[in-house]
Amino acid sequence: MSIDSAKLFELIIAASLINNFVFTRFLGLCIFFGVSKKMETAVGMSITFTSVMMISAALSWLIFNYVMIPLDLTFLKIIVFIGVVAGFVQASDTIMRKVAPVLFHKLGIYLALISTNCIILAVPLINAGEKYNFIESLAFAFGSGIGFALALLIMASIREKLELADVPKTFKGLPIAFVVTGLIALAFTGFSGLIKL
Amino acid sequence: MPNTISYLALIKNGIFKENTIFRLALSLCPSIAVTNNLRNGVLMGAAVLFVQTMVNITVSLMRKFIHPRIRLPIFMLVISGWVTVTDMTMAAFAREAYKQMGLYIQLIVAFASILARAEMFASKNKIAPSMFDGIGMGLGFLFALTVISFFRELLGKGSLWGVPIINAKPLLIMILPAGGFFAVGILMAFFNWVDMKFSRKRPAGASQ
Repeated sequence: MSIDSAKLFELIIAASLINNFVFTRFLGLCIFFGVSKKMETAVGMSITFTSVMMISAALSWLIFNYVMIPLDLTFLKIIVFIGVVAGFVQASDTIMRKVAPVLFHKLGIYLALISTNCIILAVPLINAGEKYNFIESLAFAFGSGIGFALALLIMASIREKLELADVPKTFKGLPIAFVVTGLIALAFTGFSGLIKL
Repeated sequence: MPNTISYLALIKNGIFKENTIFRLALSLCPSIAVTNNLRNGVLMGAAVLFVQTMVNITVSLMRKFIHPRIRLPIFMLVISGWVTVTDMTMAAFAREAYKQMGLYIQLIVAFASILARAEMFASKNKIAPSMFDGIGMGLGFLFALTVISFFRELLGKGSLWGVPIINAKPLLIMILPAGGFFAVGILMAFFNWVDMKFSRKRPAGASQ
């Protein structure tokens, strides 16, 4: 397995900025709109998200390449990946509760939300589809996590201000959040063509 | 005993009162990702309709055998099973569309709305009401995707279902990612507005 650091860097940049999960792939929108109301929850969510994403990507990669491909079970990948993610989240929930109660108190609620999230599931599916090797899969997961965190933080800081703005009655709440996201997405289209993969 | 009228009410509930996208704001990812042309929007909606109905039927059939402690993993298994069926069918019979939206079809697994209906409705009701509830929710989703993709393709490309209609310079922004967010935001606001107008004139509880 050869490791090309320039390629990995490109992969991280591509996953976090150019193909940002929220703004150009439209995944994880439910969580994105759900937790971006306050800065504090947004930060907690981004930390939990990135770490869960990397670990579940690593686990799924191992299972996909060492169990499912040899046994010719790749058609079961949706079921297996969701099982891996849900199992891992459940396990870390239990372990964290016992080992690090303080951390659990801070991040526990986000863990429960994560188990059936589309981004967490999309990363292993894309990794399997693109046939990334182990290190590349990790880099992709890391980049995606950073990209999601970036999106959450931008959105949370805007929405804290938006609470005070005088928005038309029908646009209050989610509709205006959508329009704002559209504007950010427009800015993010500026990143396309930054790197040719 | 439920009769046809309450079945109709179940379907209406799914389309209007608890419309997945415009009312509950769940399962938003595909509502933007695949709606830049009408055909993809309708196909995606049909896939969700199928999965939702079949999941509701299956869960309702098995509701007496599932231990409440392990119900969520079982529901997930049922859902991912039906999604795999849809995924493979699409891959075989709708190749062009599948290339563009394959990932989103696979991610129907992670739809909060499907799991929520299985948990809230199908695990407590008989098969027939569960089936109609599934059809209603699925139709609501199909309706939302159709409306969004109708406007986006019409404004963004000046065509419908690939057939050119308007002979003018299209608004390119509507088929860009950003346009999807604008379209959903504005449609949501429109539904809010309709709701406000009507709830003032009619007694509360009248849907739409």
